[in-house]
Amino acid sequence: MKDEVTREERVDNLKGMGCSRKRVEDARFTQGKGNYVDDVKLDGMIFGDFVRSPYAHARIKSIDTAAALEVPGVLAVLTAADLEPLGLHWMPTLAGDKQMVLADGKVLFQGQEVAFVVAEDRYAAADGIEAVEVEYEELPVLVDPFEALKSDVVLREDLVAEDGSIPDGAHGPRKHANHIFTWEAGDKDPTEEVIANADIVAEEEMYYHRTHPCPLETCGCVASMDKVNGKLTLWGTFQAPHAIRTIVSLISGLEEHNIRVISPDIGGGFGNKVGAYPGYVCSVVASIVTGKPVKWIEDRMDNLMTTAFARDYWMKGKISATKEGKITGLHCHVTADHGGFDACADPTKFPAGFMNICTGSYDIPTAYLEVDGVYTNKAPGGVSYRCSFRVTEAVYFIERMIEVLAIKLDMDAAELRRINFIKKEQFPYTAALGWEYDSGDYHTAWDKALKAVDYEGLRAEQAQRVEDFKAGKTRKLMGIGLSFFTEIVGAGPVKNCDILGLGMFDSCEIRIHPTGSAIARLGTISQGQGHATTFAQILASEIGLPADSITIEEGDTDTAPYGLGTYGSRSTPVAGAATAMAGRKIRAKAQMIAAYLLEVHDNDVEFDVDRFVVKGAPEKFKTMKEIAFAAYNQAIPGIEPGLEAVSYYDPPNMTYPFGAYVCVMDIDVDTGVPEIRRFYALDDCGTRINPMIIEGQVHGGLTEALAVALGQEIAYDDMGNCKTGTLMDFFLPTAWEVPNYETDYTVTPSPHHPIGAKGVGESPHVGGVPCFSNAVQDAFRPFGNTHTNMPHDHWRIWKAANELGLHG
Amino acid sequence: MPKKMHIKLNVNGKDEEFLAEPRELLIYTLRERLNITGPHIGCETSHCGACTVTIDGKSVKACTIFAAQADGKEVTTIEGIGGPDDLHPLQNAFKEHHGLQCGYCTPGMITRATKLLEENPNPTEEEIRFGMAGNICRCTGYQNIVKSIQAAATEMNAAKEAAE
Ligand code: FES
Ligand code: FES
Repeated sequence: MKDEVTREERVDNLKGMGCSRKRVEDARFTQGKGNYVDDVKLDGMIFGDFVRSPYAHARIKSIDTAAALEVPGVLAVLTAADLEPLGLHWMPTLAGDKQMVLADGKVLFQGQEVAFVVAEDRYAAADGIEAVEVEYEELPVLVDPFEALKSDVVLREDLVAEDGSIPDGAHGPRKHANHIFTWEAGDKDPTEEVIANADIVAEEEMYYHRTHPCPLETCGCVASMDKVNGKLTLWGTFQAPHAIRTIVSLISGLEEHNIRVISPDIGGGFGNKVGAYPGYVCSVVASIVTGKPVKWIEDRMDNLMTTAFARDYWMKGKISATKEGKITGLHCHVTADHGGFDACADPTKFPAGFMNICTGSYDIPTAYLEVDGVYTNKAPGGVSYRCSFRVTEAVYFIERMIEVLAIKLDMDAAELRRINFIKKEQFPYTAALGWEYDSGDYHTAWDKALKAVDYEGLRAEQAQRVEDFKAGKTRKLMGIGLSFFTEIVGAGPVKNCDILGLGMFDSCEIRIHPTGSAIARLGTISQGQGHATTFAQILASEIGLPADSITIEEGDTDTAPYGLGTYGSRSTPVAGAATAMAGRKIRAKAQMIAAYLLEVHDNDVEFDVDRFVVKGAPEKFKTMKEIAFAAYNQAIPGIEPGLEAVSYYDPPNMTYPFGAYVCVMDIDVDTGVPEIRRFYALDDCGTRINPMIIEGQVHGGLTEALAVALGQEIAYDDMGNCKTGTLMDFFLPTAWEVPNYETDYTVTPSPHHPIGAKGVGESPHVGGVPCFSNAVQDAFRPFGNTHTNMPHDHWRIWKAANELGLHG
Repeated sequence: MPKKMHIKLNVNGKDEEFLAEPRELLIYTLRERLNITGPHIGCETSHCGACTVTIDGKSVKACTIFAAQADGKEVTTIEGIGGPDDLHPLQNAFKEHHGLQCGYCTPGMITRATKLLEENPNPTEEEIRFGMAGNICRCTGYQNIVKSIQAAATEMNAAKEAAE
């Protein structure tokens, strides 16, 4: 039989890895047919919402719900007293601490959940909330973590022994009632010695401000307890549905098989939807109490003020080098503000996440990191906002320290980076703080980036601009922002990564249908990353069936295999690997079937795009479609019918995407307005599955980086009032403020990942924040600036200019 | 409790009539009462545009208007712009040019863009960015949204020319 279709056409037909396949998700979203949690409607569904504390720190003297229960439409009001008999007035956090579900005698941050009003509709719930009377006694407020560590005011009496001593916390000894943990990495004494004896030492203090992931859709859920069958179904904005099921089972006592958790379409996550929130627990309880499905949806203010802040790291660094600029040591201390409860979403053994990647992309022989976690009267959270655990903080720290060192050395910052990069031949490279970087080629990426932007030319232009400014010919300065980052993603190897004891593997289960189409289910959940599109591409290439014939399903714990969910750019590194491995199991069985059908030995056939061919006789073949059918319609000796596979993948290591970014900015000294003239982003995420989606991720990540660097923050006043609770005060860039980005790439496949992919969703955020910030700082470098804190909003930029005497 | 008001609307070509409290927001009417869930809620303070609909030919944020204020008016949501059998060029262009990720902003974006292109069939990039500034997207960084709108404009103009 002559094959009419060329091999190239067969490859194209698959729409496998490497092509910019259009997204299969888009049809429903563009036609308004997405199914987000607030679109879930059930018969008899009722609504819950919270009475929240107006105070940041107060004792609760009384709660009177009588008037609220009189409000038409109000069905129930839950307080801590109602939850206590069930043991649900507190819940465990992901960080080994516990958190009040409803205020138990006191409140620790403004907006804290005090009572849960359940009503027939949202308006009635709002009326009920107004009618709940809570009497508070205000307590002294601690918003500054340094003060909290000195203060006599105890925020968490529950964590102080009766004799006043301070018991150990989940991460070891605590130094003070408001202290949570000290976490160390590296070698303290050798690092201090190297720095003490160095030619050059640069020091800097920097505050990475508190911000928030703020996805366009807020958090929410619908809990439905079916008392007849004893089954609880919980729909929600969960980035980790399986983990949520386990948590719900552990805290409610319901058996796990009686709980079904469903993550429907999710309107962006960025880390906000990883945690477990009081709204989920209260909805479940309310459904059990009322026997009706209960919906809870945050409003934007709830979202910004109470669920999942990010960052809030006070970082103090020292970096030492030889006169020639070779870095010899790095010292970092962090005071980490965790708010009223330690609810950081980090793997158990990493209370400061992967902050110990803070030696960055550089070959630094000696380093030491120490992080102190502190309680304050702010909202709990501490999630990874579009980054792997605390990597954004780590990369910001090192990329600022490099700039500060360059100033001290009076050296070009691009050159300083170049002479300190880990060299290609050093990989796999073990960093001073312990991580083993799997692969990299930093010099190639850096040279490509600098060439693309004509770095020399930019510096010359900048020098001329400074001259012109001094001569009074312009009021605009020019900044060139550089950053080179290494991410650490794909958490992670079960030997050192777990959340609440659950290993951070992930999974994929594939079922091939008789006519040669398939369904694959994964333990992850897309929040816009396009998994239904890209995972089908991985499979298409692995099993030789067209991506268009493969359905991808995630997010239903009754059907999907167990996995730890989507955050920290872990989907491609972990679930993507599981997908490839499950595909390979399918292929192995298909090979045996093909050999049987072709009447040759197993080893005499080989896989070729979409078929198995007899070695040396390509005209003899069986397509995967034919093989699929045979798996269901023939009795093949020694082979079970059917064609299915499942793989649970425990990654041997993390993956280490990297990139080189350059930002060119003009800054109006008199208005403080920055204008981004150019942004060039080179990303190396290993093997590229879908270039279109990669670029989209880069655009989005850079825009969130722009937001954080140039204005977005969660700010409090001295009384602990959150000043940024609406989109009026919390900066989200619009199309008007955002530039066009130039994207570029190099490809350094991960050596240990089955398809060499590394993950990309968060890289642009991690690398983008320091790049924007460095651009602002670089503009002022000729006038004596070494460091100013983010966010660089117009006012702060103006102020920086003013302090440097640039306003005459 | 305040007296309920008698409200008549036409939504996506269909007449609707109901009694509602004066405080009922149009987005609530659409999503809860009429089960039209294309328009989303992102802020309820008229900042994000996820709830954008068209009322008597103008782009309006449905979270910031009472149902009573829309009494007697024509409302169009994403569901009225195009479906599987009559996809609007914008709906197609957003898919072709990767103008969406999580999709939460998309119904509002496309609804707004239909008006933008009606008002200005040949917008420059700057005009698109300015004209879409009332709609926030947290995922895409806007670059591909701009591209999608440009592509749809080109397609719609070509179709118009061909028809003339
Ligand atoms: S929900 Fe209407 S503008 Fe945000
Ligand atoms: S696509 Fe997610 S908000 Fe726009």
